[in-house]
Amino acid sequence: MINNNISEVITVNMGPQHPSTHGVLRLVVDIDGETIVNVEPDVGFLHRGTEKLAENRTYHQVIPLTDRLDYLSPLSNNLAYCLAVEKFFDVNIPERAEYLRVILAEMARIASHLVWVATHALDIGAMTVFLYAFREREEILDMFEVGTGQRMTSSWIRIGGVRADMPEDFFVRLKSFVERFDANVDTYENLLTNNRIWKMRTIGIGHLSADDTQAYGTSGPLMRGSGVDFDLRRDEPYGIYDRFKWEIPVQQEGDTYARYKVRMKELRESNKILQQALEQIPATGEVMTDDPRVALPKHEDVYERMEALIRRFYIVSKGFKAPKGETYQGIEAPKGELGFYLVSEGEERPYRMKIRAPSYVNLGALNKMAKGHMLADLVAIVGTNDVVLGEIDR
Amino acid sequence: MGLIDRKLPDNVLTTTVDSVINYCRKGSIWPVTFGLACCAIEMMACGAAKYDLDRMGIIFRATPRQSDLMLVAGTVTRKMAPVVRKVYLQMPEPKWVIAIGSCATSGGIYNTYSTVQGVDEVIPVDFYVPGCPPRPEAFFDAITALQKKIMTEKVVRK
Repeated sequence: MINNNISEVITVNMGPQHPSTHGVLRLVVDIDGETIVNVEPDVGFLHRGTEKLAENRTYHQVIPLTDRLDYLSPLSNNLAYCLAVEKFFDVNIPERAEYLRVILAEMARIASHLVWVATHALDIGAMTVFLYAFREREEILDMFEVGTGQRMTSSWIRIGGVRADMPEDFFVRLKSFVERFDANVDTYENLLTNNRIWKMRTIGIGHLSADDTQAYGTSGPLMRGSGVDFDLRRDEPYGIYDRFKWEIPVQQEGDTYARYKVRMKELRESNKILQQALEQIPATGEVMTDDPRVALPKHEDVYERMEALIRRFYIVSKGFKAPKGETYQGIEAPKGELGFYLVSEGEERPYRMKIRAPSYVNLGALNKMAKGHMLADLVAIVGTNDVVLGEIDR
Repeated sequence: MGLIDRKLPDNVLTTTVDSVINYCRKGSIWPVTFGLACCAIEMMACGAAKYDLDRMGIIFRATPRQSDLMLVAGTVTRKMAPVVRKVYLQMPEPKWVIAIGSCATSGGIYNTYSTVQGVDEVIPVDFYVPGCPPRPEAFFDAITALQKKIMTEKVVRK
């Protein structure tokens, strides 16, 4: 006779080659029947040694490495790193550069959230959203290409400002995009928000209470979806975020559906910031600081003055020296608090660079979120976590 | 077709087995989804509406058993290399490999203790696509190059 009451825990392996782990995440899952007993993420399949590499690079040379951490929003990473280095010097950033930074960072947030909604829906089985979301993402990437020459990893935000000014075409395209974008978000929401299958797959799945989010140190939408009203752009302002008016979306439920709503709302709020930035941005002006400690001397000076030539040569070939000390700067990246901790020994390169990657910390709560759910829900839970292995493994 | 043209009934064409099978193969390349890093996002963009890989008969499969192309898109680390090789060995013949991006080609900017300097250290590679990450156009160039290569292959051996 078969005894149906016997429960046996078996261990299954999910990943690293699995279409819904968003990269090379490996999950060791203990299941009892179909119910998850324990999930253990195994990370490190994309460990590229970025932090070690940064110790052998000058401060400028680290910027391209930061692009490839959270590769869904490279410009947010640039911004966080540059702000951290600028803290050493207390550099004054020109007005126009500040606005360009905000514009680029918010565009990166929209692009990142679009990939998130596309892949998250695709994992759960809604393919249409993927096609629509990538349509808008392509538009953003086209704008990046017009402005910076690269679709994704442009390294455009530099220490002391941005690399160069944007052409007129960039602003024309962005204005048209901003006008249309709210209607596009409506399209995604029409497909998902009241969709019965979507609701069944997300409501009540991966619950995280407000206390849990704080205990695990999660940040970003994972935190705001559980009713914690916290956003670094407002609570620890950096750049010129205090000049814009926008709301911070908060949902109380703490499940996958709540986090979906938070991110959809964030798309609209980012659009609002873009709109205001486009209105407020000064028509002309410098985009790179003239602070001689970090900025390259201008070409006109280099052609005429020996000192400028030497300084330019020195910064390009050897780098500039940062004063002894340490800095930390966190920004509200699309996935949560992205922080760069830099230790300087007074040399041209950082003595140590530690990256506080939001996805890595958020992944810590995965076990708590997944326990007791079905194995099929794990796909939704990994998706709602919005992990990017580039910044988890670094 | 020349000489035997009029000796066959209507609507009968003559060709070689090679070209028919190769023609079918090049029109239905099924790659295994194997996104490793940044390049995988561009690979997804290729599959989305604007670039649309489906029009070339390319449908991503989640399992190596159903695939004949492996797109190594991203950095291969020492921890990942055995997995890459295992997935490659699980694919049935004939199979091809495209290394996408600088990292899969040569290690790229990551010349570190943990990175494999090019995926060709663990599996054979047919085409290399430069770029960090490569544009979807570069990606399509590799696919068309692969289609040309498939047409030259011999199906019947000996």
